[in-house]
Amino acid sequence: MGILSDPNRRQALSRVITRLNAPLCIISYLIGLGWFLGLAFQPFTLRSYISENSMGSTMVDEKFIYGERALSYAREFAAHRKSAGGSPVAWLERTMRGIGLEVYTQSFVRNLPFPDESTERYMVKGTNVYGILRAPRAASTESLVLSVPCSEGQNNNQAVGLLLSLASYFRGQIYWAKDIIFLVNEHDLIGMEAWLEGYHDVNVTDIKSSVMMGRAGAIQAAMSLEISSDVITSFDVVVEGLNGQLPNLDMVNLFLAFCQKNQLLCTIQGKLQRNDFDTFPGYLHNLHTMLLMVLKQGSGRPQGDHGLFLRYHIEAITLRGINSFRQYKYDMVTIGETIEGMFRKLNNLSERLHQSYFFYLLPSLSRFVSIGIYMPAIGFIILILILRALDLWIKLSRPETANEDGVAESEPEGRPGFLSLATPIVICHATGLSLYYLPVLSQEMATDHFPVSESEAVVLIAIAIYVAGLALPHNTHRVLTGVGSDQGWMTLKLISLLYLAVQLGCIAVINFSLGFILAITIVPVAAVVQPVGPK
Amino acid sequence: MAAVWLLLPLLLSVQAGDPSERRPADSFREELLLTPLRSGDVAATFQFRTRLDSDLRHQRVSHYRLFPKVLGQVISKYSIQELHLSFTQGFWRTRSWGPPLLQAPAGAELWVWFQESVKDVDKNWKELTNILSGIFCASLNFIDSTNTVTPTASFKPLGLANVTDHHLLRYATLPREIVCTENLTPWKKLLPCGSKVGLASLLEAERLYYSSYHSQSVHIRPVCRDASCSAVSWELRQTLTVVFDMYTNGLGKRDWSLFKMFARTVTEPCPLAAQSKIYVDSGYDQKEIDMFEVTPSSALDVKVPVHGDQREYMLYDLLEPELFNTSRNLNVGLKWKGGSDSGPPQPPVFHAERYVSGYGLQTGVINTMIYNNHPYRAFPVMFLETVPWYLRLYIHTLTIMTKGKDNKPSYIHYMPAKDRQRPHLLEMLIQLPPNSITKISIEFERALLKWTEYPPDPNHGFYISPSVLSVLIPSVRNVKTDELEASPLFSTLFPSSDGSSYFMRLYTEPLLVNLPTPDFSMPYNVICLTCTVVAVGYGSFYNLLTRTFQVEDNKKGGLAKIIANIIRRLRGVAPL
Repeated sequence: MGILSDPNRRQALSRVITRLNAPLCIISYLIGLGWFLGLAFQPFTLRSYISENSMGSTMVDEKFIYGERALSYAREFAAHRKSAGGSPVAWLERTMRGIGLEVYTQSFVRNLPFPDESTERYMVKGTNVYGILRAPRAASTESLVLSVPCSEGQNNNQAVGLLLSLASYFRGQIYWAKDIIFLVNEHDLIGMEAWLEGYHDVNVTDIKSSVMMGRAGAIQAAMSLEISSDVITSFDVVVEGLNGQLPNLDMVNLFLAFCQKNQLLCTIQGKLQRNDFDTFPGYLHNLHTMLLMVLKQGSGRPQGDHGLFLRYHIEAITLRGINSFRQYKYDMVTIGETIEGMFRKLNNLSERLHQSYFFYLLPSLSRFVSIGIYMPAIGFIILILILRALDLWIKLSRPETANEDGVAESEPEGRPGFLSLATPIVICHATGLSLYYLPVLSQEMATDHFPVSESEAVVLIAIAIYVAGLALPHNTHRVLTGVGSDQGWMTLKLISLLYLAVQLGCIAVINFSLGFILAITIVPVAAVVQPVGPK
Repeated sequence: MAAVWLLLPLLLSVQAGDPSERRPADSFREELLLTPLRSGDVAATFQFRTRLDSDLRHQRVSHYRLFPKVLGQVISKYSIQELHLSFTQGFWRTRSWGPPLLQAPAGAELWVWFQESVKDVDKNWKELTNILSGIFCASLNFIDSTNTVTPTASFKPLGLANVTDHHLLRYATLPREIVCTENLTPWKKLLPCGSKVGLASLLEAERLYYSSYHSQSVHIRPVCRDASCSAVSWELRQTLTVVFDMYTNGLGKRDWSLFKMFARTVTEPCPLAAQSKIYVDSGYDQKEIDMFEVTPSSALDVKVPVHGDQREYMLYDLLEPELFNTSRNLNVGLKWKGGSDSGPPQPPVFHAERYVSGYGLQTGVINTMIYNNHPYRAFPVMFLETVPWYLRLYIHTLTIMTKGKDNKPSYIHYMPAKDRQRPHLLEMLIQLPPNSITKISIEFERALLKWTEYPPDPNHGFYISPSVLSVLIPSVRNVKTDELEASPLFSTLFPSSDGSSYFMRLYTEPLLVNLPTPDFSMPYNVICLTCTVVAVGYGSFYNLLTRTFQVEDNKKGGLAKIIANIIRRLRGVAPL
């Protein structure tokens, strides 16, 4: 800070910033980009490890052997599902009760804004069935969830079969300290959200559902299972959740530990881990895996049913059984053992999973990049905005430097008023808000009066707003700041740059991938753009 | 030696000189009730009742026969009117197991009525909890003002009492208390026969904790010595309830026997017991009896009014000599004749559940759902909620909804919390319409604790004690409770007013709530880093922002500067 207090050095610094602004910006951009690409280089990443002590030290001894039972449950379920034309609620209830669980159902209805892609309907109706295995000598204060989506078609029959056979095996064990909820949710994410909202008695998404009767305290962790074949060749783990939220890294580590123990083939983003990390193809492989994760996380869309749990502070992952053309296949016993092991370890938890990282990128399943390592990448990109802002600020604060004779001219245009700066910003926000709300709000009106479908209406309204928006700031700016004012646009740009920097910083903390994708695209434009042409 | 011989007649004469009613007539009864539950589990309820035929309140009792001296002294010293203490692990699942005879909340619960003569109730309470903590090897010493409340209406004295001033009552629960053998051993030591003979010989810790629910309790109260109630006796009732999960133990079969459950059988009654009986619940009607077979068969069937209805019980009187004639031991067992799967269990007339709703770590809602499944009768429920201070209840958000309509409580008592001093207490009398679900919800905000106030496992969450629902349920048929001394122990814990309704107290499940928790994993680093950032970054930025910088053209300067300027002028350069 001594540099800044000394007027001479301060001047030198500001001279550097103004003179070398463009090269500094380019260097900063390149460093940021390079840093990001370097994250996938294996020697720079950390090997993952289980931080939670209660899960780490002891290995459990899995005894699940009921693979055949799982398959027979699966066949029975498939038959009942075909005859019921949806989730066979009555059969599930009966079977779960027979196993010895406390069974409850929850029916839900959700009106869709757009017709369903496959079946062209506006209303989704479904029923979630769940059975609670009550832990002995525990007062139902904590629970774990194993969920299986019962989606359209004939998917996931084997997963339901495995869920039921695991439930019947778990029921006979006495070591449970937390209740276990076995959930079969209909309509994938809609059913999952309906169940979670019912369980937590909130209404976020306007789903109408029946009163939920049975609960089992605070859910500590959850696992969603998707298997559609009798044998699998590999297990894929999905972590990206709603709005780019990620589960605690210990969930991934736990899965990895059991993959290694049972010698399962495990993948992330559908990609296996390579051993030749120090070669260029190995690096490219890791980079590809990481970029896939960045894209998926940046989209903000839950990549599996587990993604909705994260909002409720429940650590969750989705496990997908993949059946490809590989030679070695794993049967239901191995899969069941893996899940049993994970549940028994989660059962040992004395606290919520909190020890390990919540913000990370995974270039491979056993390596991770923590928030401290990836944040400089976006930091360098945001630095460009700050350099540009400093440049503008320095130029603004000494307009007299242009004429060296020392006779400072009286400021010709005067400083731009507050109104002239606030108006464009307010208009930009108003446009954003109307883009967010208007299409959905007014689509009904549009479909009533014009011959368009719902989805077309939304697109058209969005385009209309854009077109209207093109005209607005241009005109107002002219009116408000007067013609030919350099100070006007410079001040406006200064504020906008700082505003953008703060926002990108915030987004990057919440969802790094989204923040980085936005920064890498917006920042160069924002740095370069300035008014040209006839004034 | 001679002196002793001289004194002996004197001592004898003192004994003989006592009036005849002062003759110690203490009695001990033991009883085991086996109830097959609807879900296929079996509940075993032990009741041991020791009666002390002296009044601990007014006379100084120094001779104890059957009554444990340690408790007698505690009662005298702290002027206790009634004491109820329970240790429970697990939760009585009213929905699938049916209404409990005597439920206890998970963890430890203690409620005490003091006598009117007590001046400083809080001081006595504090000392009493510490003493009991020692007697029962439990963490009752954690009971302090932050978890003690004085309910106004929920807990009435169960014994003979004319005190109604609720300031003499103290109630506390410790939902986190873990119950295990170290609590069972001192409890067993209070029994006159210990755990050597009698029904208590079944109480082997290893089996008792291999169960779904375990609850042990101690109830001390004054009772009438006889029907005319001319004198007061003190009753110590020790109950122990265990629910065995026959599904886990029996590989899916629901058959049970004493040996299967306790790994031993009954060989003899306690020789000190005036009564030693085993009851087996055989249901309300004949239809259910046909579904199972009880061995050995008992000739004695008794009808006992329980939960507002007459229930049939098979009775084994261990004091009957012929019971042990044929075989040396008694192993009561039950075999199902088939047809075990009976669809979803019928919900009981009255049950409740509680949960926390909402997400995030700022606010939340505590919800209690109370079910009245009676087809046509409404009845009132007294609802007691104790919430620790670190959940800040918003009392204005209290809503009670029944069938979509607002249900106005006819009595409400609310005592707001004081930070680090006392918890919230909310008591309400609510009328439950027939066949209805009543939802009570109240919002709260989570407080941020001081960093030393967090327990070692802060991310586990904080427990909120169960809410207490005291209810008078209309009876199915008008049944008159028999005499206290004559009827089985399990039917006489709560005094029944008249036959038209019966009293029941239900506890909901405790809640686990997460509070906003700082990251304790690296406090030192965090504190150092934060302090550095604040000191260096903030300080100098503030300095820069608030100061104006000017180039000072200082004409004065020192001698060196003058010389330097002269040299500069000679060189033709601008002076400094």
